[in-house]
Parts: sequence; structure tokens; C-alpha cells
Amino acid sequence: MQFPVLSIIVFTPMVAGLIILLMKPDRKTEIRMTALSAAAFALLLSIWVYFSYDKIAAGYQFIERYDWMPMLGISLYFGVDGMSAPLVLLTGIVMVTGVMISWGIDDRPREFFAFLFILASGVFGVFVSLDLFMLFFFYEIAVFPMYLLIAIWGWIQTREYAAMKLTLYLFIGSVVALVGALAMYWTSGAQTFDMLALAAANFSPEFQRLWFPFVFLGFAVLGGIFPFHNWSPDGHVAAPTAVSMFHAGVLMKLGAFAALRVGIMLLPEGAKFHMPWIIFLALINIVYGAFIAMVQTDFKYVIGFSSVSHMGLVMIGFATLTPEGLIGAGVQMFSHGVMTALFFAAVGMVYDRAHTREIPKLGGMAKPLPIVAVAVIIGSLVSMGMPGFSGFVAEFPIFMGIWKTQWLIAVIAAISIVVTAAYVLLVVRRVFFGEMPAEFEGHISPINVLDKAALVFLSSIMIGLGLFPALMVPWVQSGVQYVLSLLGGV
Amino acid sequence: MSTFAPDTLIAVLPELMLLLLGVVVLVLDPFWKETNRRLNLGWLTAAGLFATLIVSLLIGRPGEPTLALGGMVRFDLLGFTFKMFFIFAAAVTALLFMDTEHLGRRAEAYLLLLAATIGMNLMAAAADLVMLYLAIETTSIPLYVLAGFMTNDDKSNEAGFKYFLFGTLTSTIMLYGFSLVYGFSGTANLAEIGAGLGELNLLTVSFLFLVLVGLAFKVSLFPFHFWAPDVYEGAPTPVAGFLSTASKAAGFAVILRLLITAMPSLSDSWIWIIAILATLTMTVGNLIAMAQKNIKRMLAYSSIAHAGYALIGLVAYGKFGVATVVFYIMAYLLTNLAAFGVIAAVGRISGSEEFPAFYGLNRRNSTLSLVMLVAFLSLAGMPPFGGFVAKVFVFAAAIEAGWIWLAVVGVLNSIFGLYYYLTALKYIYLYRMEGEAEEQNPVPLTPAYSMALLVLTVGIVVMGVAFAPWFDLASSAVLNLF
Repeated sequence: MQFPVLSIIVFTPMVAGLIILLMKPDRKTEIRMTALSAAAFALLLSIWVYFSYDKIAAGYQFIERYDWMPMLGISLYFGVDGMSAPLVLLTGIVMVTGVMISWGIDDRPREFFAFLFILASGVFGVFVSLDLFMLFFFYEIAVFPMYLLIAIWGWIQTREYAAMKLTLYLFIGSVVALVGALAMYWTSGAQTFDMLALAAANFSPEFQRLWFPFVFLGFAVLGGIFPFHNWSPDGHVAAPTAVSMFHAGVLMKLGAFAALRVGIMLLPEGAKFHMPWIIFLALINIVYGAFIAMVQTDFKYVIGFSSVSHMGLVMIGFATLTPEGLIGAGVQMFSHGVMTALFFAAVGMVYDRAHTREIPKLGGMAKPLPIVAVAVIIGSLVSMGMPGFSGFVAEFPIFMGIWKTQWLIAVIAAISIVVTAAYVLLVVRRVFFGEMPAEFEGHISPINVLDKAALVFLSSIMIGLGLFPALMVPWVQSGVQYVLSLLGGV
Repeated sequence: MSTFAPDTLIAVLPELMLLLLGVVVLVLDPFWKETNRRLNLGWLTAAGLFATLIVSLLIGRPGEPTLALGGMVRFDLLGFTFKMFFIFAAAVTALLFMDTEHLGRRAEAYLLLLAATIGMNLMAAAADLVMLYLAIETTSIPLYVLAGFMTNDDKSNEAGFKYFLFGTLTSTIMLYGFSLVYGFSGTANLAEIGAGLGELNLLTVSFLFLVLVGLAFKVSLFPFHFWAPDVYEGAPTPVAGFLSTASKAAGFAVILRLLITAMPSLSDSWIWIIAILATLTMTVGNLIAMAQKNIKRMLAYSSIAHAGYALIGLVAYGKFGVATVVFYIMAYLLTNLAAFGVIAAVGRISGSEEFPAFYGLNRRNSTLSLVMLVAFLSLAGMPPFGGFVAKVFVFAAAIEAGWIWLAVVGVLNSIFGLYYYLTALKYIYLYRMEGEAEEQNPVPLTPAYSMALLVLTVGIVVMGVAFAPWFDLASSAVLNLF
């Protein structure tokens, strides 16, 4: 048997979380060190998985399978393909940077890191699970710690409301999808939750058309699809910085990814039937999200709504069901994950010092916080899809895909690029340049080494991917091939 | 009537051991000094129950189902499995008794607990209406007394009295159903009744309804649930925990046996009745639970709702469906005992079960808050805890049998459930005590509580992660029914 690298990645955070829970609450430094080393270990393994994934051979690799409950056909069945490998890597990246910028959390760091790591285990688990039951198992593990993380360590004004809203939205989505998944399980007659077997089950077109909306939208709630996106900006704003990073950076991908894995890949006929109207939902996401982001005055709400807009691009990429659209969506998931993690990290750093996120009240932050300013500028360029940055690698194929499907939609969606450019540049100018308000003079302390390292790390990934698309596109391409073969070569 | 053979006694080995234990407790009690009683009695009872559990598992396991003791009890895996649940629950409850004031140092309390457990064991094994009725009464009477055990507390008195009134009324109605069917069929044996019971007619319908009244009371189904919140709130917390778990599980054991063994010919009708009862029970329980201000009342309504979820599996019928019921009960038993255990541990210090008594619990005792987190998330149906797997299985059973609307009702209900469980977790993790004085007001755990909660927490996680062996057990147990 080969080295069980995926299970180690999945269970490292959980084990680390349990170890942290057993430590004494006042040994905060040891707790943080444990968290950082576990996160780094998981990141190293995910880097290794990513680069040793054989994209020529494609398909599922690093497969591990343990019978968990033979009676019902449940197995612990792990494997990555070209779609999930970048997301595993993304989770590792966000985990490490999330721990780095949470170093300063002083209120019960033990519980904070333990919950965060249990969540991370759930996320890894969803990305690598090839068993539908286990996918739900990990999916729910990724949802409930959010409640506590936001409610306990979040922004005091909205945290209780936002945490409950978020958890209920996501839970409703997941249970709706669960009903659909169970219907698939019994209808297939194969007595297995193995998703590869279910993909080959040939559900009747009527069945697929009936259940696709439930399964797809159930998961897409977590992807922030309109009109179920409402939890997302509130949740982002209320969450503590590291949790916002996780939430926008990774969790929303979880929804999109599961919608692809379970919705599109297991019910391809349903996908073809329903996609024409799902494209419209995603289009509303893109354009509406961008416009709403533009009128926000709270820095974090701007990023929150920009996530809604960008996740719309992922969804629309899926909805085109074209090779270009899917590849773009795959890269966009990674690129947006890194970008939004960077944004939230930067917002957190500004907020910790200025104690406000109101854009009109901020200004001139580039002088005391030069690295933050540079990082945000890089993030903005990614956000508007500037060539040379990862956003371009992602968005260009998506627009090609939309154009192939329906050129008018591409034109409308393209409005969002202009709007995005407008709001990100406005925010950068108002927050980082111009006159610094007098009350901040001398009060803005520089960021520490870990913060710097996190920002530099995230920025360099976005530039690296922008300059060398070959570092990711072939992976995603190999994954998309398989999706397309299930769709019968659209 | 078969002649008495000593080896049939193996069928009631656990009950005999419990009886012996009860006698030992009663005899030793006067020899102990007042100060030692609490510890001695509690550990003795708990250890005796664990010993019973282990001995029964080692030498008392049933083979092929047989009738024993003149056809009074059926010695089969279903009954045996339930017996093990009850003994386990009683052992944990004995541990929780120890440090409860006015309860822990009274030998009567432990004796009543053991008596109720014997009754439950017989309920699960009874193969005859007479035995069944006796067993139900043997269970109920000690529980009435236990619920009203705190004689100096008005609420406890009210609880005992209310439980008694409701209980006797409904059991009388059930007894009327029993006598009716005996009069017409001439047999009290469940399997023979089942074989002889015809299609729907006035007799069978009255039998079904009269019996359901009694059983619905036992497991607190809508509309016979009104007693539960008041009794749970007033009864000593460990007793409430026992009522909501073991007593409810015993009710389910009887429901399974009566409906499946004695009324198979009516299954088309009772499946619909159960489906409607399940819907109403879940919905009413969850909706009212959301409005509660007292955590014991909240758990009482939540336990009403959980009876509804478990019934979904019964509606699905079939081997898989009924196995999910047994599995659900298993998971629920562990989880709810843990929840009540935490409440008892906190209530002992703070003297209150209102929500404000739980504010800041995480800062007062982080272990205890973690146990509560595990228990509440398991009740809400979150992985990696037993409650998640149990819920998914009952929903899966419903969908397999084509009851998609019922699964949807269950799913929607679990959303309400999540809301109030998370709210309770918010109180313990986020809210602060008055004056933020958590440091000065720790909630110490006694060894007995620690042990009970540790066992339960491990159990919840094990059931949620390594669920296959437990489900295999549940499914082989229900094979006897079909």
C-alpha cells in the first residue's frame, strides 16, 4: 500500500485541534506554535500532493479506500483529481496564513485554533472525498465550527446575528442536498455511496431533472449563489480575520466544488437541462454583487460583496458547461481564494490599528503600512483581472466560455469588470492614499513579521500564477476533461 | 406449559443480577456511616450495574430466539440489546445520582433506579401481554417516586404527582386495550395475537388506538407529551435524564414489539398513524423548544422531537428502517444522558437551570462546556457525533421506502433544532456571567461526574465515527422481529 498522504492531510488538523484542546489554556505561545506547525505540515503535504499529481495520466490519484460500512456501501474513499488538487493546496495556504495572522488572538486561543482546525479538517475532507456519505460528513464538520468561531471571536455588533444566519443558511442548503443525495443512493440500486459508481449509474433523465436543482442549489448556497448569497457578506464582516479568510477563501469554494462534484458530475443530464436559468442566477451574482460592492462604505463589506461577484464568475463558468468555462472556474476558485484571503488579512490589519473599517474615515495608510498597501494593490489588480496576475488566467477563459454559450451574457457580465476596477481602485485610493486623518497620526503601529510573511506569501502566489499559468492550468484541464466526458462531450 | 428448566433462567440473568444488587444495596446501607453513604452507594450501584452489563455480555447472550419462563419473556437479541442500553443508562445515572443533593445518600433512590431498570428489561423482553403490563408498571411506579423524590421541593412534588396521574391514566387505557384483545383472541401471547389478528375492524382499531395511547405517553408523542416538560423540569436532573433516555427507549422497545409482532396485519394503517404522529411530534417539540428559557424544559421538548425522528425509521418499516430506529435510540441515549449530565453538574453548583446559569460556562469549566458542545451538536445532528449518523440513517430509510415528504419534514425540523442548540452553545461560550466573575466561580467536577461524562462523550464520538459495528448490531437485533 502506498503512503496514505491524503488521510494524513485530512486528519492532521483534527488531531492537532484535539491536542490543542488538551493543552493548558494559559500556555498561549505553545498553543500557537502547535497550530502553526500543524498547519505548515499540512501545507507541505498538500504542496507535495499538488506537484506530484500526474496530470498526463489525469483521473483520480493518491487513492485510498477503506471499507467503513460495507452494509450500506460507505467507504472512506479519498482521491484527488485536477479539480480538487489546487483546492487542497489552497486550503493548506489559507490555513498557514490564517494561523500566522491570528497570532494576536488573546481571548481563548486554545478554543479558537481547535475549532478552526476542526473546520480545516472538514474542508480537506470534502475536497478529497470520493464517497458521497463521507462528503456530507466532512461538509457538516466544515459548517458548524463557523458558528462558534464567528459568534465568539467575531465583530461584537453583528456576530450573533450573522453567525446564526450563516449557519442556518448553510445547514438548510446541505440538508436539501442530502435528501437529493439519498434519493440518488437508493435510485442507483448499486447500494454504494461511491461517487465514481454513482456517476456511472445512468440515472433516468427525468430523475436527474427533478433532483438536480435541489442538489446543485443546496451546495451552491455555500458558493454564495443569488438569491441565497445573503448570509455571505454578513458572515464575512462579522467573522474574525482568519475566519473571514477561511470562509471567503476556502468555504465558498467548498460549496462551488460540491455543487460541481455532486450536482453536475453525478447528474449531468439535469445540469444540461437546468443550466440555462442557472446562468442567469450567476449573472445576477456577478453584476449585482459588483454594484452593491461599489456603494458600500465598510471596507469589509466591499470585499464581502466582491466575493459574491467573483463567486458568480465561478458559477457561471460551471454553468456554461464548456471546457473554457470550467477551466476558468477551476482556476478562479484558487485565484479568488488566495486573493480574498489576502484582502481579508489586509482589512484585518488595518482594522486592528485604526479600529474602524469605514472607508471615508480612513486615509493615508500606505505610509505606516506600506506592505499592506502593496499587497492590497496586487489583490486589486487580481480582482479586476489584470493580465500578469492570476485573476486574468481565471477570468479570461470564463468569459470565452460565456461568449461561446451566449455572447450577450458575456457582454453584460463584462460590465462587472469595469465596476470592479472602479470600486477596488476607489477603495485603495481612499484607504491607503490621500490625507491621513489626524486621530491616526502616530497611532498606526507597523505590522509584525508574521503578518508580513503572510502577505508576501499570498501576493507572490498570485503573481506567480499570473506569470506562469502553466503552474495550474494543466491540472485543472485534466480535471475538466473528466467532467466533460461525464457530460457527454458538450 | 413447559416444565421449569434452570437453564432458562439465563434469559433473565441480567434481571436476577439487578435484583441481587438491589438486595445488597439495601442490606449494606444501614451499616455505612451517613458521611460515607453517598460514595459507597453510588459506586456500588454503578459498579454492580457495569458488572451486570459485562457478565450478561459474556455469558448471557441469546442464541436463536426462544420463549422462556412459561412463554412470559422472549429471549432474543432485540430484547437483549435494549436491556444492555437500559443497564448502561442506569449505571451512568447512578454515577450522576451520587453528587445530587438529597438523592445521592439515600439507598432508596438507587433501589428505585434498579427496580425501574428491571421493569424496563422485562418490557423489552416481554412476549406476553400480562408480562408486558406488569413490566410497564414495574418501571413506572419507581419512576413516579423518583420524579417526586425531592419532598421539600414543590416542583419535584408536582413532577411526581403529574407523572403519576398521566401515567396511571394512560396505562389504564392501554390495559383496557390489552383485555379487549385477550377477550376476543383468547391468547395473551404477542406472536399468537399477531397471527390471529384480522384485518381492520372495530376490535383491531380499538386495540391499536388504546395501546397507542399508553405507548405514546411512554415515549411522549404528541398529543400525549404535555407531562414531559413539567416532569423533567421538576424531577431531579439525573432522574430527568433517565426518564428521557432509558424510559423512552423502553417505550420504543415495546412499540417495536407490539406494532411489528402483534399487529403486522394492520401495518398499512399504523404506518400512516405513526407517520402523522412523527410529523406532529417533531414539529411541536422543536417549535416549542425554541421558546424555552429553562434548559431542562428545552431538552424536554427536544427529547419529544427526537422521539419523532426515531419514529421516521419505523414508518419506513422493513429491516433497514427498524434497524435505524434502534440505532437512533442508541445514539440518542448516549447523547441525552450526556446533556442531562452536564446540566446536573452545573445545576449542582449554580442551583438553577435557567439559561443565565449557564452563561460563561466555557470560562468556568472548559471541559464541561466541551462535553456540552459534543452533546448538543450530536443532538443537532452534526458529525462526527452519533446524532449525525443516526439522523442520516432514518432519513435514508424514509427515502428508501418512498416517504420523501416525511424525510423532508424531518430535515426541516432538524433546522429548527440546530437553531436552539446553537443558541444554547452561544450562552455557554459567548455570554458572560454577571460581573464577568467566571474566574471566581469555577464549576468543579466530581470524580463521578467526570467518569460518567467521559464515558458518554467517548461513546458519542465512537458512534459517530465507527458507526458500522453499532449499526450491524442494530440490524441483527431487529431481524428477530421479522
